[in-house]
Amino acid sequence: MAVIFERTKGLLDVPTHYCPGCTHGVIHRLVAESLEELGVLDRATGVAPVGCSVLAYDYFSCDMHEAAHGRAPAVATGIKRAIPDSIVFTYQGDGDLAAIGTAEIVHAAARGERITTIFVNNCIYGMTGGQMAPTTLPGQVTETSPYGRDVNTAGHPIRVAEMISTLDGAVYVERVSVDSVPNILKAKKAIKKAFEIQMQGLGFTLIEVLSTCPTNWGLAPVEALKWLRENMIPYYPLGVKKDATTGEVK
Amino acid sequence: MAEKILMKGNEAIGEAAIHAGCQCFFGYPITPQTEVAAYMARKMPKIGRVFLQAESEVAAINMVYGAAGSGVRVLTSSSSPGISLKAEGISYIAGAELPCVIINIVRGGPGLGGIQPAQSDYLQATKGCGHGDYKMVVFAPASVQEMVDLVQEGFDVADMYRTPVMVMGDGMLGQMMEPVEFKERQGRQLPSKDWATTGLRGKREKHNVINSLFLKPEELEEHNRKLQAKYREIENNEVKYEMYNCEGEVDIVIAAYGITSRICKNAVKMLEKEGIKVGLIRPITLWPFPSKAFEEMCGKTKHGFISVELSEGQMIEDVALAVNGRAPIHFYGRSGGMVPTPAEIANKIKAIVGGAK
Amino acid sequence: MAHQEIIFAGFGGQGILSMGKFLAYAGLDEGLNVSWFPSYGPEMRGGTSNCSVIIDEDPIGSPLVVDASTVVVMNRPSLDKFESHVVPGGLLIIDSDLVNREPERTDIDIIKIPAQTAAEEVGSKKIANMVLLGALVERTKIVPMEALLHALKAHGKEQFYELNKKALEKGAEYARK
Repeated sequence: MAVIFERTKGLLDVPTHYCPGCTHGVIHRLVAESLEELGVLDRATGVAPVGCSVLAYDYFSCDMHEAAHGRAPAVATGIKRAIPDSIVFTYQGDGDLAAIGTAEIVHAAARGERITTIFVNNCIYGMTGGQMAPTTLPGQVTETSPYGRDVNTAGHPIRVAEMISTLDGAVYVERVSVDSVPNILKAKKAIKKAFEIQMQGLGFTLIEVLSTCPTNWGLAPVEALKWLRENMIPYYPLGVKKDATTGEVK
Repeated sequence: MAEKILMKGNEAIGEAAIHAGCQCFFGYPITPQTEVAAYMARKMPKIGRVFLQAESEVAAINMVYGAAGSGVRVLTSSSSPGISLKAEGISYIAGAELPCVIINIVRGGPGLGGIQPAQSDYLQATKGCGHGDYKMVVFAPASVQEMVDLVQEGFDVADMYRTPVMVMGDGMLGQMMEPVEFKERQGRQLPSKDWATTGLRGKREKHNVINSLFLKPEELEEHNRKLQAKYREIENNEVKYEMYNCEGEVDIVIAAYGITSRICKNAVKMLEKEGIKVGLIRPITLWPFPSKAFEEMCGKTKHGFISVELSEGQMIEDVALAVNGRAPIHFYGRSGGMVPTPAEIANKIKAIVGGAK
Repeated sequence: MAHQEIIFAGFGGQGILSMGKFLAYAGLDEGLNVSWFPSYGPEMRGGTSNCSVIIDEDPIGSPLVVDASTVVVMNRPSLDKFESHVVPGGLLIIDSDLVNREPERTDIDIIKIPAQTAAEEVGSKKIANMVLLGALVERTKIVPMEALLHALKAHGKEQFYELNKKALEKGAEYARK
């Protein structure tokens, strides 16, 4: 009998702690499948962040390194420089990458570190229970923006993919979403391409993945997907922001 | 025998690390240690090793964390304000039980402080540095040659116990030139790094995880107990110190480390001529502290001990713990980059022991 | 007993640090304990430069010289700053081309050398530092002149060796006067 579907070898056969309807699980799977299909699971090391995906090291089957909050790109730099033929990725949320870890991500990209960053943007701090993130949308209500994010006092959201794409060391930057099957397929393609570019040693790659947080948004999973589509995608447009492998910059 | 050459302390650190097989250096410029980074920038690429100037001390120590986790020998270097920034990363490195060597060429503090020599990071270095129940081994060389020897020894101790090791000098040791030689070393038998995140590479079934997170209290306590057991082992095996002029009965015993101990030795000689016999205990490991040496001298000193420091009374706390009320303890310190003369120290001691006899 | 604590001071670019280094190397070659310690930090960029050199048969304590057996100054601010650091009976060597005042001390040995002029006679103003170093070694005998020449040959730029040697000899002549 032909096998038409099976678990990816990139993930361990363990239950995750993620909330029902959270899209971290989907994104984990896309990363794991890409590593497996490219045949690099055996020489991959992932760097887990601080945030909801802090326990990612318990889920991926490759070697894993837990970083301090925001420092994943620096840790990944250390690993990649120590063992250059490793395939190294960071998996970071919006607070980790775009607030406390801004310096580390910008400089890893500027240096063109041969690593891949999976940036999961869900507009909120999930693990600490729903506080305002650097990517929280204007007017969005969170625990620390209870009257809606007021850009006059709390500042504006950061479009990470666009910002990183301005750096010469970044060779491939794309924003994708996991709100629908077609978008999940596109996300997979982008993540896999990023790893392929890393394997070719061309430079820094970042895939920003728009993701949901039903629990902290206070929405049912399906409503959360709808909220992402209607609110996040207009502010954070999907697509390739930079592809230096073809000379394409958008 | 290797030829003696004149070398700046900071450059000698770099060369010693290279001799010890250091594969990666990550750092950030700060006076008075910048020559370490500059030396590594010149040398490392030429021998196929890694030099990287990080965007901050925070990033540098986390690069160290990554590289150490990958199983290579790795060095970072900084000075006092930079070490404060690295404290977070050092705590993670200790928690995740990774080996690395950290250089602190101490300058005056607090805050931005100054750039002249000081020893005012003693408590920071020996009592943990960052958050949590951990220790790091702290070496305090007193010469450029000893800096070379202890940097190399530091890599071995780090690998042996999977622990961060700090080599703590000061602006004077970093900037001065003295003759050094790079001797053939008798290396230790070291455990293999089968825990490293090298990728599975077909050699392992189970993935390696470098981590300091233990969400279950029972597990974290168990981890802490394991760390503490390791620290007891280090205390039993790795204490280093020098006892100078401590034979027989003495009038007083100086406790001094690093550059200060050299100045104190000159004071000891001055006082000898005046008939005052002064012993000197020089801790070479600040942690683990050589408490036994102090216990040994408790019954042999008429006027107790004096801690002489380039700080306002830091090591004196460990001296007091070691002496445990059995003898009086005095203090003489300068700070902010001020360095005492031997005469100054001798005068203080004369005031304690009651002048020339 | 061989024991000398020396301060070299002047402007950055006059070769203050390198004269200290050559002397330290000569001491090392003679089997003595040596240390060399520079001023460092912002004052390096402020224009003044100094270093401490200690040569001793015994182990050296602090490498920072406070009570100097010899002070060599190549500008006025250095004389102002370090004249008081010479121990009674010690030696003060002054580049009189660049220092426009007389020293105040009467309890020390003083050698005034128009080092810029002397160096130019030999070939280049750039080696005025070597003229002063030659005088220092000749007067103090802290190391044999041969040891200093050897240090210059081993650690200096080869193309300047002959010139430096002449400058040292010129300085030594002043010290003999």
